[in-house]
Amino acid sequence: MKSAVIVFPGSNCDRDLAVAFEGMGSQKPAMVWHKESQLPDGLDVIGIPGGFSFGDYLRCGAIAARSPICRAVVDFANRGGHVLGICNGFQILTETGLLPGALMRNRNLKYICKDLDLKVETTNSAFTNAYSKGQEIRIPIAHHDGNYTADGALVAQLQAEDRVAFTYKDNPNGSVADIAGILSENRRVLGMMPHPERLNDAELGGTDGAGLFRSLAESLVSA
Amino acid sequence: MKARVFVTLKPGVLDPQGEAVKHSLGTLGFAGVDAVRQGKVIELDLTETDSTKAEATLNDMCEKLLANTVIENYRVELLP
Repeated sequence: MKSAVIVFPGSNCDRDLAVAFEGMGSQKPAMVWHKESQLPDGLDVIGIPGGFSFGDYLRCGAIAARSPICRAVVDFANRGGHVLGICNGFQILTETGLLPGALMRNRNLKYICKDLDLKVETTNSAFTNAYSKGQEIRIPIAHHDGNYTADGALVAQLQAEDRVAFTYKDNPNGSVADIAGILSENRRVLGMMPHPERLNDAELGGTDGAGLFRSLAESLVSA
Repeated sequence: MKARVFVTLKPGVLDPQGEAVKHSLGTLGFAGVDAVRQGKVIELDLTETDSTKAEATLNDMCEKLLANTVIENYRVELLP
């Protein structure tokens, strides 16, 4: 399996994500700098990591989403490639238009960093099929702008199409319908605010995030 | 030519920062503030001298970068 992690100025979870990808059996992930305009050949999955790309200037993820490499990521996704965006990566994916809606300042205006309980809402994706539907998992969040915003019609559509991947059990940030992560229409792009790569190994204090990487490993090998 | 772009949240989109500013104004004793909405002003110096073309370019800039039209409205103003 071949993976890549995109690196922007201000990314800070890029190496954690690469370790998680390698742990699921990927070849050594390619670390791709934002100024590149081409991705390595034969990728199975691209990770867009957490952090504060471009200092969150203008809007979180806005500048990163217009960088040369993101044009290549959008093409990759439009060809059916798998893309995982975590935290700032989720913000970037909404700014590219690959995922609908937007992420706004947390309702309480605070930066929140803690472990939270999530509910797995769907197992129908290459990111979540190693979990069971309704399973509760403990995954950390660390963000200031994770308040998922979408109008009623979009929320109804996401729910009707089974595209809400994770919800918060105890909504920390004001996200509509407790949404913590969503899938694209073809179910191959996942954006989520919580950080599964941070609880992916017993030595990190928990393994609930490992299911996501196990799902990817099993799905993409057999694909 | 100088221009200003105003980016504001769409009506109906909750503005936690505006709410916090409103609360703080109340704390300072400013009564009668029903609502506060916070936005951005972006000032640009353009080489373009044709105002019709400048306006079209500014609108394009807003659609592609300066505003997130999922949650924000924008307004463009050319300065004399």
